[in-house]
Amino acid sequence: MDTQGRGYGLSVDFAGHHFKNPVTVASGTFGSGMEYSRFVDLNLLGAITTKGVSDKPWEGNPTPRVTETPSGMINAIGLQNPGIDVFMERDLKFLSEYDVPVIVNVCGHSIEEYEAVVERLADDDRVEMLEINVSCPNVKQGAIQFGTDPDMLSEVTARCKARAKDKPVIMKLTPNVTSISEMARAAESGGADGISLINTLTAMKIDIYKRKFALANKTGGLSGPAIHPIAVRMVYEASHAVKIPVIGMGGIATAEDAIEMMMAGATMVAVGMINFSKPDAVRDIITGMEKYLTDTKTSDIWEVIGIL
Amino acid sequence: METVKIKQKARIIEKELLAPDIYRMSFETTLCNEAVPGQFILVYPPDSSKLLGRPICITDVSEAGQSGSGCRKVKLSIVFRVSGGGTREIAACDKGDALYIEGPLGHGYPVDDDIISGRKIVLLGGGLGAPSLLFLAKKLTDKAAVILGYRDSSLNHFLADDFKALGHDTLIATDDGSEGIRGNVLEAMEKAGIQADLIYACGPMPMLSAVKKYAEGHKIPAYISLEEHMACGVGVCLGCVVKTTEKDPHSNVSNARICTEGPVFDVKDVEI
Repeated sequence: MDTQGRGYGLSVDFAGHHFKNPVTVASGTFGSGMEYSRFVDLNLLGAITTKGVSDKPWEGNPTPRVTETPSGMINAIGLQNPGIDVFMERDLKFLSEYDVPVIVNVCGHSIEEYEAVVERLADDDRVEMLEINVSCPNVKQGAIQFGTDPDMLSEVTARCKARAKDKPVIMKLTPNVTSISEMARAAESGGADGISLINTLTAMKIDIYKRKFALANKTGGLSGPAIHPIAVRMVYEASHAVKIPVIGMGGIATAEDAIEMMMAGATMVAVGMINFSKPDAVRDIITGMEKYLTDTKTSDIWEVIGIL
Repeated sequence: METVKIKQKARIIEKELLAPDIYRMSFETTLCNEAVPGQFILVYPPDSSKLLGRPICITDVSEAGQSGSGCRKVKLSIVFRVSGGGTREIAACDKGDALYIEGPLGHGYPVDDDIISGRKIVLLGGGLGAPSLLFLAKKLTDKAAVILGYRDSSLNHFLADDFKALGHDTLIATDDGSEGIRGNVLEAMEKAGIQADLIYACGPMPMLSAVKKYAEGHKIPAYISLEEHMACGVGVCLGCVVKTTEKDPHSNVSNARICTEGPVFDVKDVEI
């Protein structure tokens, strides 16, 4: 049902959970919503996906951590986060004041660290689903190495799933692999309830006047509208390789981008880098998706998901 | 939930070339009418393939009458150097054009009575640090000593006359001695025999590190304004952090966000 109460709508089911619309945010581009809550009503979102949280606080990488590129940016934040204790006491408490489901993104250097965080969140009613970050390109140890080897990915998935109780486990995949279909199948075989993709593409920028790397970490992850067509292709390939549902992300900046991602096979979509330049981007995207349904006389968003 | 709009299109009402590649640009806006010295705005380049705003400190805010909606309009001025494609595009805009701006952002220079009263205040501006201090200089009721450092005389000691016009004792220093006192701002302060009880400083990182060392050596308070590459400007992306001496309460690690906890910091609180 839209705001006028007509019988079409954006609501979706994902891994057995119901969401009022398919729009969430990409982990790391929205914090825990505290800062952006001043500029956009968090209750509009289908779900909020929080920045990666680890067992212990992480310092992240040296600066410069971000640099702009055409229609995008490269970041090497390095998953700086306050750790699960502060996250649960402060961030989840803050979000529990809102009527919006929370997807918690979990990161770790080792399988044991992932397990430790999953275990802490498994019984927490404030958490709707877990997204396991096996795809950050900016952390030397852990993270991406679990996401680029199919056997490792399958094992991390199974181990997280074993500790998650009834919380759906979504594996967040990296595009920095030869076959995204193979990785999607590896997550599925490990018992994942869903997959999300794409994380950022490993990239580099050089300042030719300073004759230095633009980022202290030398490499970083490219995100933003520049990567959207790659993301659409990979969401298409991955969603056709598995039966579990997909959260599609990568450069979504408009309602049209979101609909395109859903046609490629995503059941939900995440808005990422554009949040940084348009703090209320998610509102315009949700409104634009409603308008698309009306304009195209589509009664239900399910009529566009994976139609190609 | 009540939400606020902090990003708006603003019309350019003045543009002035102060020195080679250094511009003063003024906007008419209803944003920033509560801005304080040391805060900054994001200025978005007109080319939509450049998605991020450029963080630029506020150089001045003055009255510009009422807007149609009854909001108080201000004339908001910034001074910036063309340092890449984005600032080049911004500089190419003219009076009458409109750009998206976002702000005011961050925390400014603390000027509470218990910090400033009875102290000899010195403002140290190195290069593009001067613009951030001009708004502060305007708000200070007591006469301060201002030392502005430039690479050489080709920079036309930009903004120095603005500080003088506010009644502050203003000295010029150049790295090569081509104008004013030869040396950096701290060397110039010593050469001029100025004894600071309180320093506000903005400039390149080596200068700010030297200010921290000086202030700690002389046991005087000092506040510095930092800059770093940013994506969001509002504390979300964690791109623009600085190492802190104590664990930062928000991050729970020894990193503070320059855009949010800063850009102005007490020198005691940061490791630079």
